[in-house]
Amino acid sequence: MRQIQVELESVIMNSYTKLLAILQPNTSRRILLQRRDAFHSNTVKSPINISGSSAVNTKQQSRFSSTDSSSKTLDYEAKNAYKLHLLEEGPKTNVSCNREEGLEFYKKMQVVRRMEASANNMYKSKLIRGFCHLYSGQEAVCVGMRAAMDKSDSLITAYRAHGWSYMMGVSVTGVLAELTGRKSGCAEGKGGSMHMYAPNFYGGNGIVGAQVPLGAGVAFAHKYRGEPNICVALYGDGAANQGQVFEAYNMAKLWALPCIFVCENNGYGMGTSAARASANPHFYTRCEYIPGIWVDGMDVLAVREATRFAKEWCVSGKGPMIMEMATYRYFGHSMSDPGTSYRTREEIQDVRKSRDPITSFREKVIQAGLASDEEFKTIDNEVKKIVEDAENHAQNDPELHVDEMYSHVYSNPPKNYMIRGCDSFTYKEATK
Amino acid sequence: MKLAKNILKCNRNLVLSQRSLATSQKTLAAQTITVREAITNAMDEEIGRDERVFLIGEEVAQYDGAYKMSKGLWKKYGDKRVVDTPITEMGFAGIAVGAAMVKVPIVFRGPNGAAMGVGAQHSQEYASWYSQCPGLKVVSPYSAEDCRGLLKAAIRDDDPVVFLENELVYGSQFPISEEALSPDFVLPIGKGKIEREGKNVTLVSHSKGVHLCLETAKELEQSGIDCEVINLRSLRPLDEDLIKNSVKKTHHLVTVELGWPQCSIGAEIISRICESDAFDYLDSAPLRVTGADVPLPYAKTLEQNSLPQVAN
Repeated sequence: MRQIQVELESVIMNSYTKLLAILQPNTSRRILLQRRDAFHSNTVKSPINISGSSAVNTKQQSRFSSTDSSSKTLDYEAKNAYKLHLLEEGPKTNVSCNREEGLEFYKKMQVVRRMEASANNMYKSKLIRGFCHLYSGQEAVCVGMRAAMDKSDSLITAYRAHGWSYMMGVSVTGVLAELTGRKSGCAEGKGGSMHMYAPNFYGGNGIVGAQVPLGAGVAFAHKYRGEPNICVALYGDGAANQGQVFEAYNMAKLWALPCIFVCENNGYGMGTSAARASANPHFYTRCEYIPGIWVDGMDVLAVREATRFAKEWCVSGKGPMIMEMATYRYFGHSMSDPGTSYRTREEIQDVRKSRDPITSFREKVIQAGLASDEEFKTIDNEVKKIVEDAENHAQNDPELHVDEMYSHVYSNPPKNYMIRGCDSFTYKEATK
Repeated sequence: MKLAKNILKCNRNLVLSQRSLATSQKTLAAQTITVREAITNAMDEEIGRDERVFLIGEEVAQYDGAYKMSKGLWKKYGDKRVVDTPITEMGFAGIAVGAAMVKVPIVFRGPNGAAMGVGAQHSQEYASWYSQCPGLKVVSPYSAEDCRGLLKAAIRDDDPVVFLENELVYGSQFPISEEALSPDFVLPIGKGKIEREGKNVTLVSHSKGVHLCLETAKELEQSGIDCEVINLRSLRPLDEDLIKNSVKKTHHLVTVELGWPQCSIGAEIISRICESDAFDYLDSAPLRVTGADVPLPYAKTLEQNSLPQVAN
């Protein structure tokens, strides 16, 4: 019954969308838009409203198939995993993975979770200073998306970047030691939490929304050079109202840039819920000329499938695409925010119990007969060791020598160029 | 050899190369070009030279440039190399920076400072703002030769460079040497030039201020005061040594610029001189001549009096 209802809703939504695409901007179009939005809000609950939500509840919808033991796969219909904007067809709803992939995704998500837990502890022990924005709860987004990207694709994100840094190639030591400011950090300790980089990974950016035009610029460079690569430019629900994001949308569409704009909607921009900040909180529909996909960001396989679809779209020259990943963060906005003054503890616990990306994926893999509980425990222990080892480095490795302050100011310093220190007697030569 | 290389470049160079066969460089009659031509040709040559280079901005393609600085470039190179953007500066500056992160060389260029009667919002001088930032290189050329050499150097530099032009000199003619017209002519970023040698006082300036200093020098010559005029060319890095050596010679220093006095380039120069051994060579306190500390007015006499003149 529920299935029929969902299908009917999606048919009606698609009809609205098709009609809107034909109509010129005028009264009829406006009325239709209002009707569509009213229908949308009545039938489809907001992704962050977790009581009785129509967001993915794959336990009811999924069918686990296991063929014979040597070629078992996890295979199910992620029917509620996508919503489309300006698209006739979307990503495949039938998602699957084999044992190897399943275990790998689990392990990677678990590494991110443990790494962030370690960061949380080290921050509380004052080993990490300044800003620290934790990714816990959102792991399925970075793991799922990365699985659909090529090694030579680029990515840029905002400040909640530790999970992404790891997925883009920085080791756990590289992340944790960067947080504690040691020279084994990926930016030698010069960057800290919000400024980690790796090949094809452009950070790590502190200014809200500023990374979006930069991402479009990286996509521009790919296109300019004839490279078959995309740039994924991520931002949050808080940044989604920034003017520069729309400036980037406009140019990306005009020039058909191979850019996927991804809104990681975790429900809150700092302490302001999406509904309180955005007149239109359906971020995947925010651009009337770029197609968009809403994705259940807690389902790692759905995320991967949707990203595959978006990447193919961009690379085939059709221009940019917008994705909205409906996800959730367990910690507050940053370490200075307990995260409970603007939402209830019950809400947070509820998500942990019913929608956690890691435990729900593990259950699916076990139920499909791909791996046992013991194997997962072994992975958990491996992950524990990796993170503990990295923690060791983060706590004991030295910082850069003070003279290194004067390096990396210019990539091409003029000959004999001296950089001034804090007084007129201190000048050091600039080094690359 | 040089001739052969030049023939492969654009037609202009072909003409010049033939000439250099006939006469030696030093005895050639001085050719003149405008600042606009210098900038347009420098961009043309660099776009032709390096596939990575492209020009992006408002009205740069089909409009030939808001100030006609990119005339002919779109017709020659097409949409890929010369890109018109919508009027969304934050957006396309961000796009340019994103492309720069992927090793596309980046130069931010455009008019800076007051023009004629354009009012306060279009007359701000950003020399101080940009030259404060570590990691940026900032140049502020004066003559056509400066523009040509520094723009080529800026485009070829891996670091981000801010290239501050002045609208009022776009149409001015300057003499230019053969050497400066060669395709690989670059000026080093971080080095200034002594435009006029003198013995009694050092006048330091950049961009249009240099013109003002030269005019002042001519007038003072009649009263028997011999000015040494320094054209900074680069603001970051600043050619401190050039200024120091000049001050050691003349014992007097005046800095001249069109920007506002507080936190001006002059303030920086004077501080550095006072902190260095050149301080001991000064016979009087160093002075600054700057724009008036007011938002630039529109009315003609008010505008004239808000900006430095020879009389100052």
